[in-house]
Amino acid sequence: MNAVLKTNTLVDDNFVVYERKRGWVALDVRELWKYRELLYFLTWRDILVRYKQAVIGVAWAALQPLLTMIVFTVVFNMALGIKSPASTIPYAVFSFTGLLPWNFFSGALARSGVSLVGNANLLTKVYFPRLVIPISAVLAGLVDLAISFLVLIGLMAAYGIAPTWNAFYLPFFVVLAFATALAISLWLSALNVLYRDVQYIIPFLVQLWMFVSPVIYPIEKIPAGPLRAAFALNPMTGVIGGFRWALLGQQFPGGYMWISVAVVAVLLVGGLFYFKRMERVFADVV
Amino acid sequence: MTDVALRTVGLGKMYHIGGERQAYRTLRDTIAQAAKRPIERIRHPGAATHTSEELWALRDIDLEVRHGEALGIIGRNGAGKSTLLKVLSRITEPSEGRVEIAGRVSSLLDVGTGFHPELTGRENIQLNGAILGMTRAEIKRKFDEIVEFSEIGGFLDTPVKRYSSGMYVRLAFAVAAQLEPEILIVDEVLAVGDAGFQKRCLGKMEDVAGQGRTVLFVSHNMMAIRSLCTRAVELDAGRIINSGESSKVVVDYLARQAEAGAEAKWPAGERPGDDGVQLVSMQVVDSAGEVADLVATSRPFGVRIEVDLASVPEDLCIGFDLATGDGSLVLRSYQSDLGPRRWPKLTPGPNQLECTIPAGILNNGRYVVLPRVCIHNVRWIVHSEAAVSFEVHRDHVEADPDDARSPYAQIIRPGIIAPILDWNLVSGGAHA
Repeated sequence: MNAVLKTNTLVDDNFVVYERKRGWVALDVRELWKYRELLYFLTWRDILVRYKQAVIGVAWAALQPLLTMIVFTVVFNMALGIKSPASTIPYAVFSFTGLLPWNFFSGALARSGVSLVGNANLLTKVYFPRLVIPISAVLAGLVDLAISFLVLIGLMAAYGIAPTWNAFYLPFFVVLAFATALAISLWLSALNVLYRDVQYIIPFLVQLWMFVSPVIYPIEKIPAGPLRAAFALNPMTGVIGGFRWALLGQQFPGGYMWISVAVVAVLLVGGLFYFKRMERVFADVV
Repeated sequence: MTDVALRTVGLGKMYHIGGERQAYRTLRDTIAQAAKRPIERIRHPGAATHTSEELWALRDIDLEVRHGEALGIIGRNGAGKSTLLKVLSRITEPSEGRVEIAGRVSSLLDVGTGFHPELTGRENIQLNGAILGMTRAEIKRKFDEIVEFSEIGGFLDTPVKRYSSGMYVRLAFAVAAQLEPEILIVDEVLAVGDAGFQKRCLGKMEDVAGQGRTVLFVSHNMMAIRSLCTRAVELDAGRIINSGESSKVVVDYLARQAEAGAEAKWPAGERPGDDGVQLVSMQVVDSAGEVADLVATSRPFGVRIEVDLASVPEDLCIGFDLATGDGSLVLRSYQSDLGPRRWPKLTPGPNQLECTIPAGILNNGRYVVLPRVCIHNVRWIVHSEAAVSFEVHRDHVEADPDDARSPYAQIIRPGIIAPILDWNLVSGGAHA
């Protein structure tokens, strides 16, 4: 090795060495930044393809949460009597606000879970930081989120609900929703490369996850104490609570919000490192 | 030694085959194995818990490529060429050793990487450009040039799923051709497209090599290797077995390929090809249909190619290159050269085709037949990665007892082919 270094006359700005890396790998944010245009184009491709393939295109993004909300209202509100915690907020608006981050989250999981396997031709033919793939899959969902946000504004106007100053905090909760979706996506996308049956588990996982997240019901329905604390471990509890606080001016989620943020942070950092550790075998097994 | 662009030191890449680390796993199997293991341990104490074989796809690769040099990489299928390019392109990590690279690298291991059928030509140009590492500004600047090179003009806003395969490939290559890396790594991408387009691509490659850029080029096209590359290495079983001036390495390679003689047969599992189309055997046969290492030019002889087809794909072309022992192409022929009426009718299952080469054409010497199977304009299935060879004895000059041999005939006649041609007097004789 010494001999190599001595005769090594390769001096250049672009000089790089590829070797086997062992153990945990640093994140290399600088390199990720270098590939931001690829991230942009892959996200753009995902969005373009989705709206081109859907028969009714963009309308589908508005229709899907609307139909879900109607079914929720009929089944859970009218038939089963689940109510919005504030009398000023009708259940329809209450559940739709919960569906906003929830659909973003479940859509991100569905797309990113298969994103690496679906882009196998890229992984085996070109080098780029592999993180770009799940990140773009999650980013692509932001367009759907924006469209359903417009629907929500229409819905609030129809019910005569005025937004509050809390709305200025909405970007923070969008970022939190993004971080949550990305954290889970990193784990699932990497796991699905290594264990190809993970993709069959994802729809089931998403379904169960919705029932333990306060989409249909308010978190107040869960008895305060250890059970509610356990619910707060689910980061979507904080995200959905935050959306409702920011958009509808409901009670601030409080303590369980911070538990959710902490859980997201742990999952995201863990996911990033797990992904980086596994990415070197992606091209060999994908 | 100041201008090395790329260097590898003791480079190796290992894969586990068989055993539990093969390709991807499923959670189900992993959990089942984990559950079984303690039981296995009790049943067979001391037995290895899992067996997996190590396969070194690359081993001890030491290469040094200078700036501006074009290095050709040749070898049979499975020799490790593609793995080497993948390691050099940073797609997969080496298991041992290191790669040192000085300069901006672009690798073209495929044309149209990331093309999406639903997107239009225009959209795919942008996407593919970004995937190949161009910036948005760069793509914008070169957009017109790409469109011009691809000749797709009016179809720019049509989804590429409606393109013919030829248009698709032209567009894909047009984007790639605009790359301006310092080091270009290319794998066989020129092996698609029609002949005219291939020629233009080769021209483009020559430009790149001529501009002082470094090129690493894997191909089965020996002619291209010889004309584009100054130096070449031959890989076999993951190691470099020959290196030097490209023409010498090509000649050695062909000679080694041809040692097989006039017949090559592959057992199931080792057949060149893909899942759908596999090469079963290839022979040079004399006019009686017997395998012939020595062919006399006084009679026609045949080249037989047997393929096993899962189904008969559209645009399937089966043929061969006939080359001299030093790699000069004599001719190329496909079963599909004439109108569809004249094509041999292929059916699923094994099909043996024979091409008859007329008497009185070839010269003395050693010739090589390299099989070529492709889906026209789409992809190669078998591309000269095997060969049979035979010796030609030029006896057609003396074959016809009515034609006494000319007292002036040259026993050794120069030229790749040596047909006897007609000579007639067109005018003359009346001396004024």
